[in-house]
Amino acid sequence: MKKVLLPELGEGIEGANVTFWYFKEGDVVKEKDDLVELTTDKAAFNLPSPCSGKLVQILLKEGDAAKIGDTLAIIDEQGA
Amino acid sequence: MEFEIIDIDLINYQRAWDIQREIFSQVKERKISGALIICRHRPVITMGRNGKEENILSDKRQLEKKDIKIYNIERGGDVTYHGPGQLCVYPILNLTYYRKDLNWFLRNLETLLIETLSEFNIKAESKSGDTGVWVGARKIASIGIAVKHWITFHGASLNVKKRDLANFSLIRPCGQDIIMTSMEDVLRKEVKITAVKKTLVRCWYEKGAFARIGRGY
Repeated sequence: MKKVLLPELGEGIEGANVTFWYFKEGDVVKEKDDLVELTTDKAAFNLPSPCSGKLVQILLKEGDAAKIGDTLAIIDEQGA
Repeated sequence: MEFEIIDIDLINYQRAWDIQREIFSQVKERKISGALIICRHRPVITMGRNGKEENILSDKRQLEKKDIKIYNIERGGDVTYHGPGQLCVYPILNLTYYRKDLNWFLRNLETLLIETLSEFNIKAESKSGDTGVWVGARKIASIGIAVKHWITFHGASLNVKKRDLANFSLIRPCGQDIIMTSMEDVLRKEVKITAVKKTLVRCWYEKGAFARIGRGY
């Protein structure tokens, strides 16, 4: 199982809001697919999937606030 | 790899949006190192990802009468207005090769505009926690970006001509109760778009962190 973490987005940025999931739980994703969109006040940032596999769980949903390092989702790499 | 300045001048929003995506693909596929798209739009309202409908103050009929369409786009930020009296700058850059830092990019975009305005003897500044460029309490340039695979698109719009400002009353710009200004308003004289464009490109190549980017990688 691979955790999808919110990476560092820049100096002074402590987190971002989850605005859009490109996939739903149970979907199969490919490495580098756009997985989730997050926004800071003036930037919309798209996080690509770190691996191929099955998106088994979305932990932070659209509208939720995420902090840097938070687990956003879990991907089962065996499920590709 | 080459960096390109793409000056497309007056263009409707949809076409400019398509061009941004075409250039984005070229940067992603490493055909070019990056590009700075410079253009102007016919009157249009764009809603960013943080956009709220209530920040459009005008009703549909009024907008139709003025032939102003609303585009929901993938940049950050709330609602804004674009018109032909503005200069829009859309840097398409892969931050992986420079610095993977959204704030670094936003602050440098502000600096580019501040340096450009300074060449016209306009003292503009950025505000901590309120992205954009200001002359005193009035906003002269708005910023909203999108980043995919650490490649930036969308960007900034600088109010040059006085004539477009009235249309900002159709919205609450950036979802805030702010007063917009333009270069012509500040200087109280005519400012030519071509002169601003030329100065901005020179500043891009000569000043600040983007000067290095302008040389490609």
